[in-house]
Amino acid sequence: MRIKPRQYLASLIRQLDHITVYLALNLGIAVEKILPFLSLLSRRHFLGTAGAVTLAMASRQVSAEAVAEPGSRHDVVLTVNGWRRSLDLDARVTLLDVLREHLGLTGTKKGCDQGQCGACTVIVNGQRINSCLTLAVMHAGDEITTIEGLEEGGNLHPMQAAFVRHDGLQCGYCTPGQICSAVALLAEHNAGWPSYATADVATAPSLTDAEIAERMSGNICRCSAYPNIVAAIRDVAAGGRT
Amino acid sequence: MKPFRYERANSLASACASASEPTAKFIAGGTNLLDLMKLQIETPAHLVDINALPLGGIEETAENGLRIGALVTNSALAADMSVRRRYPLLSQAILAGASGQLRNKATTGGNLLQRTRCPYFYDTTKPCNKRAPGSGCAALHGLNRMNAVLGVSDNCIAAHPSDMAVAMTALEARVETIAQDGATRTIPIDALYRAPGDTPNIETVLAPGELIRSVVLPPPPAGRQIYRKVRDRASYAFALVSVAAIVAHDNNRVQAARVAFGGLSYKPWRSADAEESLSGATLARASYDAAGAAALKIAHGYGHNDFKIPLARRTLRAALTEATGTI
Repeated sequence: MRIKPRQYLASLIRQLDHITVYLALNLGIAVEKILPFLSLLSRRHFLGTAGAVTLAMASRQVSAEAVAEPGSRHDVVLTVNGWRRSLDLDARVTLLDVLREHLGLTGTKKGCDQGQCGACTVIVNGQRINSCLTLAVMHAGDEITTIEGLEEGGNLHPMQAAFVRHDGLQCGYCTPGQICSAVALLAEHNAGWPSYATADVATAPSLTDAEIAERMSGNICRCSAYPNIVAAIRDVAAGGRT
Repeated sequence: MKPFRYERANSLASACASASEPTAKFIAGGTNLLDLMKLQIETPAHLVDINALPLGGIEETAENGLRIGALVTNSALAADMSVRRRYPLLSQAILAGASGQLRNKATTGGNLLQRTRCPYFYDTTKPCNKRAPGSGCAALHGLNRMNAVLGVSDNCIAAHPSDMAVAMTALEARVETIAQDGATRTIPIDALYRAPGDTPNIETVLAPGELIRSVVLPPPPAGRQIYRKVRDRASYAFALVSVAAIVAHDNNRVQAARVAFGGLSYKPWRSADAEESLSGATLARASYDAAGAAALKIAHGYGHNDFKIPLARRTLRAALTEATGTI
């Protein structure tokens, strides 16, 4: 894929900003204080999430005081979207809360927080999981991909582009989870996995609309954009435009 | 979530030793346990993460069956080629449960030990003998549509939620465990679960610190394998009733049949009565209905779940019809 110089520069600046924010978070400096050091590109983004980040830092202090139990905090290195992040975590924190509240990656959404809606779907070691039903401390060494990590060189992932093209959303809240789920679904299908919709589980089924619907049943869309979601996935599965 | 001590076990011995304290719990996939911990229905003081233990892999046994490691995920098990070819019932049952995301985390051992989804077990403002022994059973006279109709007591009418375990029961799986002192034992899956009786809070025969290492499937019996599940939605819902059936037949008669039900009891309900009734029976609707009547003879409804009894009979008939290719 050819990368345009302007996109490359933008991506480079964003990466520098990420390093700055990363260092600040690890040194315990609030994001608001380092805003002047960030590019205009990122300032708006972090202004939006600064509240969440500050809140997360405050809650970290509160929970640290509340927890008398020894050994309940852990140094964990997580690899998120290719970045290694060192974190000091309460053992109770879910992967979802770490992504959103500690790393500022608010693309992954909290819906039901009990594994029923799929809004929190992320890809761990190539497999989609509900990030709300797993502890962050259990993911040291794992490769975690969130919606923010799907883009390739500043371009939308083909599945993101297909969701836009087919209007596979209305309010958009479930969309990051839908897209992560759909990306992993294609990998599962390519590996020949059967589903409940597969008539003969000993065969590798073709990806019919019924197969897509069954395989996406862990992602609920209250706006009911299902027909367009299925169309987007069908398009990418068939090698659609990228 | 209550605070707990988290430990990543690096040997079977240390895992079993750590988890033998009464307030300790093993954690593998965590999809059920963490949900219950958030609601403070489970409040372990110590979590022993067993994911680093060598309990993965699916291998053939000397008797030409399969040994499934306790940490094999539901997804991996359902997608395994030897399971799909020789135990399609198991693949179908697993794929009938939960969602793709949950199956990627849920493990073989954890699936067997998941807790009931009885709404009163989940509602901490209501009495529940399973959650708070001695407090009573709110489901008995409550909204008990999803509850059990076979083998339960007035102290608890919770149903076991697993699909996988229903298939494993029909396949006569054996559960291999290791205890704190290193002792190993093999438990037939049908003997793993304890009837609620007066102590519905004690659900299995496993001792504290006893860990499921693997599940062994004997060679599959002859016959067509069918898993049929009836639920409120087309996908991603627990069973109202499910049937695992394995039927061998010639042109006229059933030679041998195995029947297990899901959604009806505190465990997957293997029905010797239905199997006896089917043995040698003609391939006819009347035979399948007789088997259903035999299986549900001692069933008892609690009001909202009365419908499960005729539904189970009809689901069995449909499964047997499909298994024998008859009308």
